[in-house]
Amino acid sequence: MRRAAVLGTGQTEHRTRRTDVSMAGLCREAIERALADSGTDWSQIDAVVLGKAPDLFEGVMMPELFLADAIGAAGKPLLRVHTAGSVGGATAIVATTLIRAGVHRRVLAVAFEKQSESNAMWALSIQPPFSAPITAGAGGYFAPHIRSYIRRSGAPGHIGALVAVKDRRNGALNPYAHLRQPDITLESVQASPMLWDPIRYDETCPSSDGACAVVIGDQQAAEQSSGQVAWIRATAMRTEPTFYSGKDHVDPRAGAEAAAALWAAAGIKDPLDEVDVAELYVPFSWFEPMWLENVGFAEKGQGWKLVESGGTALGGALPVNPSGGVLCSNPIGASGLLRFAEAAMQVMGRAGEHQVAGAATALGHAYGGGSQFFSMWVVGRNP
Amino acid sequence: MNDVAVIGFARSDRSVTTSAVETLVPVFEQALAQAGLGRREVDFWCSGSSDYLAGRAFSFVSAVDAIGAVPPISESHVEMDAAWALYEAYLKILAGEAETALVYGFGMGTAGDLNRVLALQLDPYTVAPLWPDAASVAALQARLVFEAGLISERDMAGMTAVRVADGVSAVVLAARDRVRGRPAAWISGIAHRVDPQGLGERDLTTVPSAAAAAHDAGLDGAVDVAALHAPFTHQESLLRHVVRAGTYLPFETNPMFAAGLSRIGAAAAEVMSGRARTAVGHATSGPALQQNLICVLEGLEA
Repeated sequence: MRRAAVLGTGQTEHRTRRTDVSMAGLCREAIERALADSGTDWSQIDAVVLGKAPDLFEGVMMPELFLADAIGAAGKPLLRVHTAGSVGGATAIVATTLIRAGVHRRVLAVAFEKQSESNAMWALSIQPPFSAPITAGAGGYFAPHIRSYIRRSGAPGHIGALVAVKDRRNGALNPYAHLRQPDITLESVQASPMLWDPIRYDETCPSSDGACAVVIGDQQAAEQSSGQVAWIRATAMRTEPTFYSGKDHVDPRAGAEAAAALWAAAGIKDPLDEVDVAELYVPFSWFEPMWLENVGFAEKGQGWKLVESGGTALGGALPVNPSGGVLCSNPIGASGLLRFAEAAMQVMGRAGEHQVAGAATALGHAYGGGSQFFSMWVVGRNP
Repeated sequence: MNDVAVIGFARSDRSVTTSAVETLVPVFEQALAQAGLGRREVDFWCSGSSDYLAGRAFSFVSAVDAIGAVPPISESHVEMDAAWALYEAYLKILAGEAETALVYGFGMGTAGDLNRVLALQLDPYTVAPLWPDAASVAALQARLVFEAGLISERDMAGMTAVRVADGVSAVVLAARDRVRGRPAAWISGIAHRVDPQGLGERDLTTVPSAAAAAHDAGLDGAVDVAALHAPFTHQESLLRHVVRAGTYLPFETNPMFAAGLSRIGAAAAEVMSGRARTAVGHATSGPALQQNLICVLEGLEA
């Protein structure tokens, strides 16, 4: 299979309301940083892939059409991906496929969400006749799955708060993060209001405006790059229905099978030993131990122990979400691409204060819908 | 390159219920039966649809229920006409990540006032607030086409107008090794481009993105049959300047988000049946033919 690599990444400052920029301006902020980071100019971009979550979040139908010029796609091929919350990851994977198919040399993947343009809760609350409600408010949907995880694993109640403290402190090291809380403590998280038992206010992701962009190139483009690139060693996507007989929301089969396919394709036999850093899609703190088990970093029911031991903190055996993760910034459509981009930044050695020393192999992970759409990649300092 | 072929196609230009699922299930069965594949033999599924047509967020999620994705499948979705989902699936096969794929599109064009809904595709800061509906934008283009002498109102009156409809379609793709003597329409080239959207930013009497896509797809000279996706009749005329064909397949409906894929499927069916040796399937998206995809198909002898 042809090789592909991340040549560079860029992202915006993520905030609740980026009223200083239009949607085009938001995307351009991320794209121009990615072009600069990759040493690429607009003329070298052969195609653009744009990802975002539901169009109703901004109130614009297929916004890539009016954005075509601003995102450098005019006169070029433009694809628009939408795979729910996993879309940012899917966007990077589709761009990778464009390279691996041998049709392009350099592809720009960009993902954004500008939630302040509309009202996401309204967008999620439209109820067409004869269809099941999608239960607006993700916290209410996912809280029972977390309670089930706690019951199954016997995890102590403070694990979620530990994750929140770690991620918010990591976010304080990331100049782009929406929430930066260096002084947060276990006690302050546990004192924050309960929203959906057992999820407290400080254990939930924010609602952000933001964008992320990544330039992906073929082997020749990667070898011509003056900076370190992130070689894409494997990608995987899996889908299952929202509900079916036997569906396990705590340990979804689609996530486990995507991870198994990913590790096999990357030639990784012991993920905990061979992966140096992971960016997992954790919108609610408890999903860190759940996903540690689902993707194979820990045995079933044991993920919380890796968290409790400090193994997922910076300096631990497997730092998870050194960027601060979704818990610190959540421009929904871009959140998956931010995970993928941070994995690349880590192996390129360009993660600044949240750099994991010596990171050579990294996982980017995203999920969406009712824990049913999964996208992942493994990137490495070497092919 | 002839590495990937269409081996199955089915469509329905009506919807059974308000949900796409019931409409998709029999269409999947027909397309897979024609391809001689079971549903578990599909390596990659890819779909195209729009939440704005369905009137709700995440409308493609429930469509997954039509697949029976247990155990889990490799799957993706574009918020575009499913012709672009076919392009993604084609790449997946070219890249060696899949050997077979089922591509599907669905849309309920009649669920709302499509003419007004499509105004929301325009620049939300400067254009959409004026609510220029789809017919009005198309009329601007038609007026310019008349004034340029490219087509007369009389010519236009003689052409069949497509009507907005509900619909779904499905196309099955396979890599060379998996075609194994089945009737096949080989994809000799496929490409797409997008033009800037601003209505004053391009000469609306030309379709640069379609011409560039045709060039990229290796379209050289006339083909036997073309299936063009033209929501308005003057657009059919503009596209015929780009894609020259002995026969242009007639279409009565424009089931948005399935229509472009249906054009590719119909063109492929002509090749698979032996009625045509070469064919083009075309898809468009956006106002005034902003975005275009060209798929060139040929029979085995070509």
